[in-house]
Formats: sequence, C-alpha cells, structure tokens
Amino acid sequence: MNTANQYLKAIYLVQEQEDGPASTGDVADMLEVSPASANEMIGKLEDQDLLEHEKYKGVDLTDEGIHRAREALQNYCIIERFLLEVLEVEEFRGEAKQLEGVIDETVAERLDTIIDREPQCPDCFDAEDDVCGLIELEAEASD
Amino acid sequence: MSLQRPVGSDHQLARLLQIGVVLEEVVEARADKHASVSADLDPAVETLLDHAASESEEHRRALEELIGELEAETVPFDEIQTLVEAQYESDDEFDGVLYDQLCNEETAYKFYDDLIGAIEASETEFSIDRNRLLSTLERIRDEEADGVEEVTELMEGRE
Repeated sequence: MNTANQYLKAIYLVQEQEDGPASTGDVADMLEVSPASANEMIGKLEDQDLLEHEKYKGVDLTDEGIHRAREALQNYCIIERFLLEVLEVEEFRGEAKQLEGVIDETVAERLDTIIDREPQCPDCFDAEDDVCGLIELEAEASD
Repeated sequence: MSLQRPVGSDHQLARLLQIGVVLEEVVEARADKHASVSADLDPAVETLLDHAASESEEHRRALEELIGELEAETVPFDEIQTLVEAQYESDDEFDGVLYDQLCNEETAYKFYDDLIGAIEASETEFSIDRNRLLSTLERIRDEEADGVEEVTELMEGRE
C-alpha cells in the first residue's frame, strides 16, 4: 500500500471516530508522523481532489477519497486474514501493520483468492483499535 | 498503523519471502487447474499455462532456499493447492484464462519489484548475503516481466 493510501485510510478512520472532519494533528498522531509531514501530504491529496481541507476545521474526504480509503482498509483486512488463515501467524495484527506498507493492492487482491473474507468487509473495521473487527469476534465465537 | 518502511529484520524478510512462495503456488495451482478444467484450450494457451506452472515451481524453489537460510519454514504447496481448489471458479473462456494469467504475472512482478525496493532501502544486515538475495529476486522479477509480455502478445494476437 503506498503512502497516499495509508493517509487516506488514516483520515477515514479519524473521520469515523470524530463523526466529522479530521484534524491534521489527529491524522499525524495516527500515522506517527510530524504535523508538517501530514500537512504536506494532505496538500498533495487535495490537489488530486481526494479530500477538502479547510483551515481550523479539518479534512474531509471526497467520494473518490472515501472509495480509495475503503479499498485500503479492505487490503489491510486481507493481509490480517491471510496471515492468520494461511500462514497461521500468532501475532497477525502486529505483522499486518508492519507489512501493509510493502504489500500492494494488486498483491492483496491475489491473496484474497485463497482466504475466506466476509462480505461486510471493510465495514468490519474497528477504527478505534485500527484492526479488522470481525476476526476477533470469530476467534471469540470459536472459543 | 505505520507508514511504508523498509524491511527491518530477518523475520520480516522471511515473512515476505513466504508471501512470494504463496503467490507462486497460487500461479502454479491456478495454471494447473485452468489446464485441467478447460476443454479445448488453444495449444498456445496450453503451452503458456504449462510454462507458467513450471516457472512458478522453479521460483518457489529459489525462494524456499532463501527462506531455509533464514531458518524459517516454507508453505507446503498442497496446502495452497487445496485453498485454490476451494475458491476456484471455473472459467474456460479463453480471455478469462489469459486474463487471470496476466493478473498472476503482473501481481508477481509488482510484488518482487516492491520487495527489492524495500530491501534496497533497508540498512538491516540480514543473515543471508544481500547480493545473492537481490540477484535472485531481480532474476525472478525479470522473468515475471517476460511473462507479462508473453501473455500480452498472445492476447493481442487473438484480437
């Protein structure tokens, strides 16, 4: 997943949590980058019409921005589920976060052909914990 | 959540190589499956699928050697074959088979290209020789690029 998509995903999640525009500070915190870096990327994404940025108010994703962010969330869910189901990785969440920057959307799509993913994905995403919310529910159900 | 970062440990490298093995296994299993379920395949497509399956097997072996040196385990082919079989939807349309093959080759190319970039950006000293690691991955990536070209030519030839 490229850096732009990771920003879109972070903004989407902050907007979900806030139920409104995302502040650049919150986006920077979520991505663990400096506010200056976040501002620079937000400017680039605005130039591509993926978001609207209003000073002192925050950032709002456009429809195209939302579409890209949801794809990025779905890719993350695929990586988590692939690590758990196919490679049987115990620390699948920690590793998914490490790997998401290196696994491109096209690769995630191929990995998706051998996993069982729920149709409600990516609405399954738990914004607060930054993880796929369904996997934990499934694990609890099988206990 | 973290922004794109280079490969930082033997463990992470081994995990990415395992993903490479799985991608190759998916290609191999899907090519075998296409060939077995599609009736009256064009001989040129049959040859392409056959070549794709054997090339993927060779790539997988090369990756497995690297994984072994990192003291990690590979992912058995029969496990992936079972998963591919479970999700496989028969598509004996000529274009469907070729399009799937094109996606396979393009995906593999993109994966190796990103992995090479991430290794080059990393200052980690892996327990396997960096030059050998990179030259193996570059060779595989270049063969995937050739594969994209072969499928594209075949598709264009049919138009």
